[in-house]
Amino acid sequence: MLIEQTLAQIEEKFPNSILENTEFAGEQILHVKGQHILKVLTSLKANGFNFLADLTAIDNLTLGGYERFAVSYHLLCHKTADRLTVKAYVSDKKPSLPSVESLWKTADWQEREVFDLFGIKFKGHPNLVRIMNPDDYDGHPLRKDYPRLGRKERYDFPIVDRGINKQKRTE
Amino acid sequence: MTRAIEQQLETDRMILNFGPHHPATHGTLRIIMELEGETVVKATPEIGYLHSGFEKLGEDLDFNQYITITDRMNYLSPLCNNVAYALSAEKLMDLEVSKRTEYIRVLMCELSRIADHLLNVGMLAVDLGAMTAFLYGFRVREDIYDLFEIATGTRLTTSYTLVGGLMRDIPEGFDKAVQKVLEEVEDVANDIETLLNKNRIWHDRTKNIGIISKEDAITYGISGPMARASGIDWDIRVNESYSIYEDFDFDVAIALNGDVFDRYLVRMEEIRQSIKICRQSLDRMPTGNVIIDPDFGFSLPPKDEVYNSIEGLIYHFEVTMPNRGMTPPIGEAYVPTESPNGELGYYIVSDGNRTPYRVRTRPPSLMNYSIFSKLIEGHMLSDAPAILGSINVIAGELDR
Repeated sequence: MLIEQTLAQIEEKFPNSILENTEFAGEQILHVKGQHILKVLTSLKANGFNFLADLTAIDNLTLGGYERFAVSYHLLCHKTADRLTVKAYVSDKKPSLPSVESLWKTADWQEREVFDLFGIKFKGHPNLVRIMNPDDYDGHPLRKDYPRLGRKERYDFPIVDRGINKQKRTE
Repeated sequence: MTRAIEQQLETDRMILNFGPHHPATHGTLRIIMELEGETVVKATPEIGYLHSGFEKLGEDLDFNQYITITDRMNYLSPLCNNVAYALSAEKLMDLEVSKRTEYIRVLMCELSRIADHLLNVGMLAVDLGAMTAFLYGFRVREDIYDLFEIATGTRLTTSYTLVGGLMRDIPEGFDKAVQKVLEEVEDVANDIETLLNKNRIWHDRTKNIGIISKEDAITYGISGPMARASGIDWDIRVNESYSIYEDFDFDVAIALNGDVFDRYLVRMEEIRQSIKICRQSLDRMPTGNVIIDPDFGFSLPPKDEVYNSIEGLIYHFEVTMPNRGMTPPIGEAYVPTESPNGELGYYIVSDGNRTPYRVRTRPPSLMNYSIFSKLIEGHMLSDAPAILGSINVIAGELDR
């Protein structure tokens, strides 16, 4: 009930932001232009979707889609137990989205993860640094053009000299 | 020294490095704490020490192969992860599994939940200096792991589910073994509660420590026993019933204060409710097959047939060959499940090939742990193990 009403409202309110509204396996997916994601999510939160269950990204390199990257937000309404997936599309030229950390604190770490693994920047994020990989790591492993075996970064990890003399024992 | 002078003196803040290898972190977690005396002023958790690239790996493994990865993510309740992944994949492919499969899955999930909670409560107690509760819990957890060994063949790397069923049926006499262990669990739960519930030291160490308010729990994305301890009446097994949980009659444990003590109480009550679900599942266990019809051309045939008949072997090869086997439609699926730590779900995106295009794990530990720095601020250093223990961070799932 809620989900259809809300979707109709949102589409009426932001006609220029919504790209499409699809359904697969009984789940609603709302496709949104990347730059407008913050206002769409603010409106959805006001409409009852109070819980951000998950935030992740998909690299559409071979899958196809509106743009190269889709950042998907899984929303949940605790009152009616409705779930909604919102997908925000970003192009691969300097990918950047407005941060939703102001709406949900949980987006803090999850946006850091997306930044780390996909290289999508979030404007307005308080502390956008890598979370899984080392800070000096180069590359974004979950992008489709990143090889599964890596780019031999592991051979270049710096060796830390802690000043301990390792002398061979002569016995 | 007069008070006025004391206030003028500036004390240096001390930086303390807690972890990544510390007995109380239960995993490779690192927390950089700024201390003023013994009070934690600021804590910065650093994660990623166990980052194994499971999600990248999933893009190269087919749907049944990835099940072996899912149980390596969670080293306390691997069966819950197996089931969560199988449910998502089945939703994607629109498969329906038999009723017996569902009942066995529920039974295994609830046994995992009991084992997970027993270990968590025990670990929390042992970090705060109560050894006995930990040993009681750990001994009976060993019996539950024996049950897993009987049913799945291994203790930890269970890989019990298939997309469209289970690896094998439960053996004969399994129900009696489970009943016996459940009785023991009940006794042990009573023993632990007798030891801790009215224990003065336990109260001092856990009450009013690490309080999560209802609003904080929602904005930080906290789920599972931690959210329920803060008064959020939300259990995915009841509110968004998946698998066959609507057939079972059980209560949802809720507490109101949201401190470490309440999280402990919720977990203990969930053990009792899980015992109830296990018994109902055993009583009503339907007969039937645990793998969907092999002629359907989707799932792997039972191992007995593979080893003992030529048709089964040929069929097994046919399913596992490139360009054969299960090919889901183009689309995506996400099934939220109630794992012992909270909402666990696999978000599978498919491009129509036999390997998924993207497999995302929604790890409960990541969201639950993100509130840690807020919880510890202003508390004593010795409260850090208590709060960390009550969160139950599983590093394998946290970093994936």
